[in-house]
Amino acid sequence: MAQITLPDECAAITGGQCSLTLSAENYRDLRAMLVQQWPDLDVLLDRYAVAIDGQIYQDAFMEPLNEDSEVFFMPRIEGG
Amino acid sequence: MADAVDYKQIGSRPVRPDGLDKVTGRAQFGADTVLPNMIHGKVLRSAHAHAKIKGIDVSGALALPGVFAAISGADFPGGGIEGEVGGEGGGTLSDVAKNVMARDKVLYHGHTVAAVAAATPMIAEAALAAIKVEYEPLSPVLDVLHAMQSDAPLVDENNYTNLPEKPESPSNVANLGRLERGNLEEGFAAADVVVEREFECPMTHQGYIEPQACVASIDENGRGTVWCSTQGHFEFRAATSKILGKDLADLKIVPMEIGGGFGGKTVVYLEPLAVMLSEKSGRPVKMAMSREEVFRATGPASASVARVKVGAKRDGTITAAQAWVAYEAGAFAGAPYMPGAMAIFAPYELENFLVETFDVLVNKPKVAAYRAPGAPQSMHAFECALDEIAQLIDMDPIDLRLHNAADEGTQASYGPKFPPIGFKACLQAAKDHPNYQAPVPEGAGRGVAAGFWFNVGMQSSAEVHINENGTVMVIEGSPDIGGSRASMCLMAAETLGVEYDKVRAQVADTESTGFCNVTGGSRTTFATGMAVTRACEDVIAECKKRAAMTWGLDEDQVEWEDGQAIPGPGVNADVKALSLADLAGKAAKTGGPIQGRASLNAQGAGASFSVNFGDLRVDQETGKVDVLSYTAVQDAGKAIHPSYVEGQMQGGAAQGLGWALNEEYIFSDDGVLQNAGFLDYRIPVCSDLPMIDTSIVEVANPSHPYGVRGVGETPIVAPLAVAANAVSRSLDMRICKLPLSPPNLLEAIDGE
Repeated sequence: MAQITLPDECAAITGGQCSLTLSAENYRDLRAMLVQQWPDLDVLLDRYAVAIDGQIYQDAFMEPLNEDSEVFFMPRIEGG
Repeated sequence: MADAVDYKQIGSRPVRPDGLDKVTGRAQFGADTVLPNMIHGKVLRSAHAHAKIKGIDVSGALALPGVFAAISGADFPGGGIEGEVGGEGGGTLSDVAKNVMARDKVLYHGHTVAAVAAATPMIAEAALAAIKVEYEPLSPVLDVLHAMQSDAPLVDENNYTNLPEKPESPSNVANLGRLERGNLEEGFAAADVVVEREFECPMTHQGYIEPQACVASIDENGRGTVWCSTQGHFEFRAATSKILGKDLADLKIVPMEIGGGFGGKTVVYLEPLAVMLSEKSGRPVKMAMSREEVFRATGPASASVARVKVGAKRDGTITAAQAWVAYEAGAFAGAPYMPGAMAIFAPYELENFLVETFDVLVNKPKVAAYRAPGAPQSMHAFECALDEIAQLIDMDPIDLRLHNAADEGTQASYGPKFPPIGFKACLQAAKDHPNYQAPVPEGAGRGVAAGFWFNVGMQSSAEVHINENGTVMVIEGSPDIGGSRASMCLMAAETLGVEYDKVRAQVADTESTGFCNVTGGSRTTFATGMAVTRACEDVIAECKKRAAMTWGLDEDQVEWEDGQAIPGPGVNADVKALSLADLAGKAAKTGGPIQGRASLNAQGAGASFSVNFGDLRVDQETGKVDVLSYTAVQDAGKAIHPSYVEGQMQGGAAQGLGWALNEEYIFSDDGVLQNAGFLDYRIPVCSDLPMIDTSIVEVANPSHPYGVRGVGETPIVAPLAVAANAVSRSLDMRICKLPLSPPNLLEAIDGE
């Protein structure tokens, strides 16, 4: 099961749950699972970048997940 | 990834292709475009820092001979605009539209309230004077701590702090950031020493040499072209078209040469005005800001107040760290509060920490991105507190940082585990540097600090065309601010196996190449470089196909080596290798022109760390600070063009030292900027600084074909704390307020 960490601001939507485990083959499926469970996350997740096993993706989509993947949602960074 | 020692082009230092044009004045910048029948646009700016607009009458302007158009907020489409602007501090497009032209309120002194276009600049100035604006002045709020109080004047009566549940009352706090791990109480209880301080950073400007400027030429169908100074012409097209309610395809944006941006040219100011004035007048309209307008009305960096508490054991282990940082956003939400929170502890492996950050409205110009936005302010505070910890436990400040340094596998304070990073390598390189081994000059103090930036990838496009003589043309969409054309040529030459001087690069307009995000975030060499590399690989695949066709072999029997097609190992073919020139010369017979292309959303940008140190001395009678020596060490991943990397490190150090030593926006009590010019807003000049010594560390980013990390943001982060730590050690007292200007230092010295 992949370890998922959501930013604190998601807590109000998820009932305080920001760390969870899910089994998904790729990011697209993971995102769909999260939104199915908490529909209000839909808009919020699009505002985040996501780190999968240490690799940061500004716009993840079909990136594969392993059973022991670590997935962190985090604010997007752009810079100057 | 190829071994660095194998590179033939990458790592060399060719003369920059744009250099001669720039030093001889041939290069064409934003204000250099001249068109037939062109007229001149000017902006009327608010005389108040905070006021309601009761009415605007432009009829007096329109009545003047030679005036072709006059516009105000009433001419712009109403309603909200979906979308956000790229770059930290960009904000929402709705707010950008209201920053481009005020509607019912002016929110800072210098806010645009009207604009005109006239035959000459002098007539345009006269037209501005003929516009009548009726204001109802309101009390401005100019200080971040005051703005956070419940009884402060509201910059925006409709601003409610962005929380899961809408607050009952509006306030000036737009957004909150928070990151937490472990148990602070236990962490501080385990500490042998604790430092707790409040730090201040002033509002500063990027100080790019070229003011914002553009020319717009719009035809009777509402379609046309804008020539402008921009870090991202595709994003300028999107913003301008949305603000004006136009179809994006009706505007072409041509990026001119750019005289610096540093994040400040990721946002539109003049372009929507010029387009509307051109459309109304039926003539091309040129607009160029004065330096005073640049200071008053474009986006500076946030001022900040940071409260930091750090605990450590006597062996140097940091047991807990807590930070509270309030950033001024200016007149609209969008301070870099979140990057500041994510950066502050990023270089270190910490078990217990809490950082809270705030995005706060004040009646000042809306902030914009400025190199590593948010990081210099927050990291200045923490890196100064660390220096004090080092003094308290009598430990070398580099050793303290080495003891706590993040490394590959460390859980970053902002979430994920780090892939390979170069922070420890930078610390060791700094410690081993001859300048660090040298004694501190008498009367001086030595400051040490770390810097960090995430770096990003984002979208880039590139095409590579092989000319009929085998020379190479790279077409890309990233405006060249820091030397990217040379870097693109080097990566193309390396990939194709040809000499650098056979490759040219062209930055194309919005109709001549695929979409590219802004040149910013240290992304261009990484992401556009990746696109160029892939486009070259596309060319190589095509060349192998053409060679196979020529030789009567299968494509997989052909290899590409040193810029030519050769039969693969074991292939029995008595043929002569075919160079790029050979293949291009016969291209008509083998399928036509040879080209490659790539469009991508680059992922896997590698974080960049730095370590800076410097020796500074304070004249205790005058408060003047002399920088005696300064050394910047940074992990570039791979330096494609080392001179450009060193230039970024030196430029960032100079800007950071300016921020630390002298630069600050000074406002009157009624919110009028008092030093809107380079005579009174003092950026460093050559005589203020010594040669900035550099040391490039190369810990390759495994996600880039040549190991690139990006280098443009990180260099500005460390110098603020380096200067503060050096001055504090020199004076034997902690100085927590920037700038370290003579008045501020004399006040501190006299207060002792």
